[in-house]
Amino acid sequence: MKVLTGIVVTFVGLLLLYGVSDPEDFPAWGDPHSPANASPISQYFIQKTIRDSEVPNMVTAVLADYRGYDTMFETVVVFVAGIAIFGVIRSYEQEDVELQVSRRRPDVIPKRTVRLLIPIIQIFALYVLAHGHSSPGGGFQGGVIMGASFIMIALVWDLETALKRFSEKLAIACAGIGILIYAAFGLVPMFYGDEFLNYGILYKVLPATDSREMARYYAMLGVEVGVMFTVTSVMYLIYALLATRGRMKGGL
Amino acid sequence: MIFSFDLLVLLFLIPSAIIALQLRNLVAASMVFGIYSFLMCLLWAEMGAVDVAFTEAAVGAGVSAVFMIATVYQTTRKSSD
Repeated sequence: MKVLTGIVVTFVGLLLLYGVSDPEDFPAWGDPHSPANASPISQYFIQKTIRDSEVPNMVTAVLADYRGYDTMFETVVVFVAGIAIFGVIRSYEQEDVELQVSRRRPDVIPKRTVRLLIPIIQIFALYVLAHGHSSPGGGFQGGVIMGASFIMIALVWDLETALKRFSEKLAIACAGIGILIYAAFGLVPMFYGDEFLNYGILYKVLPATDSREMARYYAMLGVEVGVMFTVTSVMYLIYALLATRGRMKGGL
Repeated sequence: MIFSFDLLVLLFLIPSAIIALQLRNLVAASMVFGIYSFLMCLLWAEMGAVDVAFTEAAVGAGVSAVFMIATVYQTTRKSSD
């Protein structure tokens, strides 16, 4: 069986190599005439992003504005994944069946290091979120980094310490609130007679924005905040559930 | 593209992919997956896809390795096949 698998994998690998070997089919790296760069829609994004929304980072503009539907339901997918894991393995049994609980006090070195690191990590997460327009980053990355800071608390102390700061109920609520924030930024334009997630009209609502471009700029930030809420809490929730077999106490 | 850098990363990337699948110790395998993700992140950063590289560094090398190790601790340490 292993030999057979090896033969199949080698064959497919050689086929892939053959497929990308022809320069006609597989353009060189950074080729301006490659289909990905030359297609009208890419041309539009490259030329018009700054004019449309004043966002220097094209990736964020495509993600949060031009392709807003997709990102909204990506967030819903993250939320559903968290809820699914919760539904499958959360258990309310009270007896502790040979949980691999480490009840000992945390060592001094990890404790001191993490105490120094966590504020920096969280500030960095907020920076990644807020600066996602002009540099790489955004809600997903910022959310993961923020979630990691809470996971770090759970790793170095124990889950109880982390749950005291970010409880299970709060995490589930925040995961839902994130999607609601996103959906709200989609719904408000509809009241002004525009399409769902067409942020331009929000200049009438948002403070300190007087043009459609700046409204799109700030609406993208708001949407990313929603994404960050969901991602942070889902990451933390998944870790807490996986590390405790769904019992929400003890853990690694 | 910097050819020598690509070559160096690929030189580590391919063995780490194979080792991650071959290891019997699942904690070690998760660690090697983390290394694999980090090398992919370097490769993407070097090709200019900085957003993808950032996501890979945060999700692939950071959180998913922790998830895998947390799961392994609740199941068996050794792979049975």
